[in-house]
Amino acid sequence: MKKEFAVFDKPENVKRFLRVFYVCLGVLILIDPFIHKHTEFPWEGAFGFFASYGFASCVLLIFIAKGLRIFLKKDEQYYDR
Amino acid sequence: MSQTFFSFGIPPALIFIIGALFIPLLKGKLKSAYMLMLPVLAFLVLVIVPEGSNWIVRIVQYDLVLGKVDRLSRVFGYIFTIISFLAVLYAIKVEDNVQHVAGFMYAGAGLGVTFAGDLFTLYIFWELMAVASTFLILARKTQKAQSAAFRYIMVHIFGGLCLLAGIVIYIQETGSTEIVRLTLCSAGTWLIFIGVAVNAAIPPLHPWLQDAYPEATVTGAVFLSAFTTKSAVYVMARIYPGTELLIWLGALMTAIPIFYAVLENDIRRVLAYSLINQVGFMMCGVGIGSALAINGTVSHAFCHILYKALLFMSAGAVLQMTGKIRCTDLGGLYKTMPLTCLFCIVGAASISAFPMFSGFVSKSMIVSAAAHEKLAIVWLMLQFASAGVFHHAGIKVPFFTFFGHDSGIRAKEPPWNMLLAMGIAAFLCIFIGLYPAPLYKILPYPVHYEPFTAFHIVAQLQLLMFGALAFCLLILSGNYPAEMRAVNLDTDWFYRKGAKWIYVAADKALNGVNNACDRLFVKGVVGAAIRFFKDAPLKLTILLSRPFSPLEEGELKQRRFDEMISSMFTTGTIPIGVSAAAAIGVFVMLFFLL
Repeated sequence: MKKEFAVFDKPENVKRFLRVFYVCLGVLILIDPFIHKHTEFPWEGAFGFFASYGFASCVLLIFIAKGLRIFLKKDEQYYDR
Repeated sequence: MSQTFFSFGIPPALIFIIGALFIPLLKGKLKSAYMLMLPVLAFLVLVIVPEGSNWIVRIVQYDLVLGKVDRLSRVFGYIFTIISFLAVLYAIKVEDNVQHVAGFMYAGAGLGVTFAGDLFTLYIFWELMAVASTFLILARKTQKAQSAAFRYIMVHIFGGLCLLAGIVIYIQETGSTEIVRLTLCSAGTWLIFIGVAVNAAIPPLHPWLQDAYPEATVTGAVFLSAFTTKSAVYVMARIYPGTELLIWLGALMTAIPIFYAVLENDIRRVLAYSLINQVGFMMCGVGIGSALAINGTVSHAFCHILYKALLFMSAGAVLQMTGKIRCTDLGGLYKTMPLTCLFCIVGAASISAFPMFSGFVSKSMIVSAAAHEKLAIVWLMLQFASAGVFHHAGIKVPFFTFFGHDSGIRAKEPPWNMLLAMGIAAFLCIFIGLYPAPLYKILPYPVHYEPFTAFHIVAQLQLLMFGALAFCLLILSGNYPAEMRAVNLDTDWFYRKGAKWIYVAADKALNGVNNACDRLFVKGVVGAAIRFFKDAPLKLTILLSRPFSPLEEGELKQRRFDEMISSMFTTGTIPIGVSAAAAIGVFVMLFFLL
């Protein structure tokens, strides 16, 4: 039998993947001050604005969505009754 | 006229619509070749047809223009024919002729809307699009699909009627059927706007989309993802550019669906929500209305059609090969469907506007246009939505389908034609992302925009990657909302549940009125009248004849006399003398009265 293609079954591969990911994040932050910024709004030029905005947006998105679930969630047969 | 009508070939819409009628007559390879040839033919016609009004048919005092060609309509025509080719290639092994014919009719109607030069032509193709697309949902042949298709067509009939009413009022007011730029200033223009807004899925008129598309057939959803909303984007861009209301509706439209997409379990429904989100960017661009914004809108529609179709194709491939489409049932498919997984990731990267993928070179134009106009809140909302779309369409869809927990499913790759269609779409996503010049060249206005500046690339990467970091940390810490088998309430609640209540209320109220009327008039007044006309002569006769009773006094005798009279009445055996006396009595009465 052909060997299964299953790189992410091994925890060390997942760890390696995450490590590369974190390094990328570090690089993106480190090069931030060296970029020539042509901004339309004053806050765009702030150090790491886009990084923090992206992170905050997603955290906010998840927690608001989680909160909305309380009001919006119905069982799958809700409309069939 | 017939000489000029076909001088640039057959209108692309008619190539599709008339061409579709011959599909059931063909079989095997010939049928496949024929179906693939139609979009190619339409594309070639689009390349050669000159700008201006072509294919004009005069009916009564109105000119129906089937081919108003300018830079705006041509670019939509190109992408509609390209995606038709890919969707047909993807669906080529489907045995069901209904789906093929409906698909071509639908795509043809989309092309008809795009090149319509007058409001009548627009309306005819608009309705054809609604009807044909319904069959792509019905063809799934499940109870759920049938109910969804019913709701879908009802909503589109509502939208179509708004459009028709608007068109009629507008023509009454202006006497012109030409499609021109309008402002929201009268009942007619508002109704046209609402009619188009239904198809563009602008909240709160959006829920038909996430209700119906996930219930469509595997191949039907690919067609659906391309035409209805994007032809509405085109009509908005043609009729209502620079309408401020659209900026805000568009911005809301980018933000609201992403919350639902996070909670949603059905992969194709997640994609439907992200479709609404992406059309929101386009609506925002139409609302801003500057050359950069309109260029952004059109190029984003172009790219979006490709990557959204690609995402629906990969989700459809998963559905076809596994029979499952919920996040809770899937996972670990990268092991046996690596190509589908790869194509899905390309689509996900494109929709997320990752640098080097197509969404980046188009969406950024709209966001930049918002910045140029100093629309700070809108800009922040669009950036929020950009991070959000990466989160749910970019990460969630591939992660829960192909990675995540191993569901144990070991499905094979889909057939070669599906892989090829996905491959071509993925190639185009990357090609446009790396080399946007050909796309920029066909946009409505000259492009002076450079997407690949260092700041722009780093800013976008920071936004996306740190959004991904949030996803990672929340998943690893167990704070990510678990996927659940559930429905999430949306504005369709008003007609899905609300309609039941309206039905019950109408039943109670109207049937109550009906019953009351029945009691009062039918049984009451009419009954009394019947009794009166039936019994009055008898009673009158008895009353008048009593003094002449031949029998002696006494209650019993009296009753016998009454019975005798009434039996005479019922059997019609009244002695002639009595009738004659009564008649004379009437005459005497009349004599004295007159």
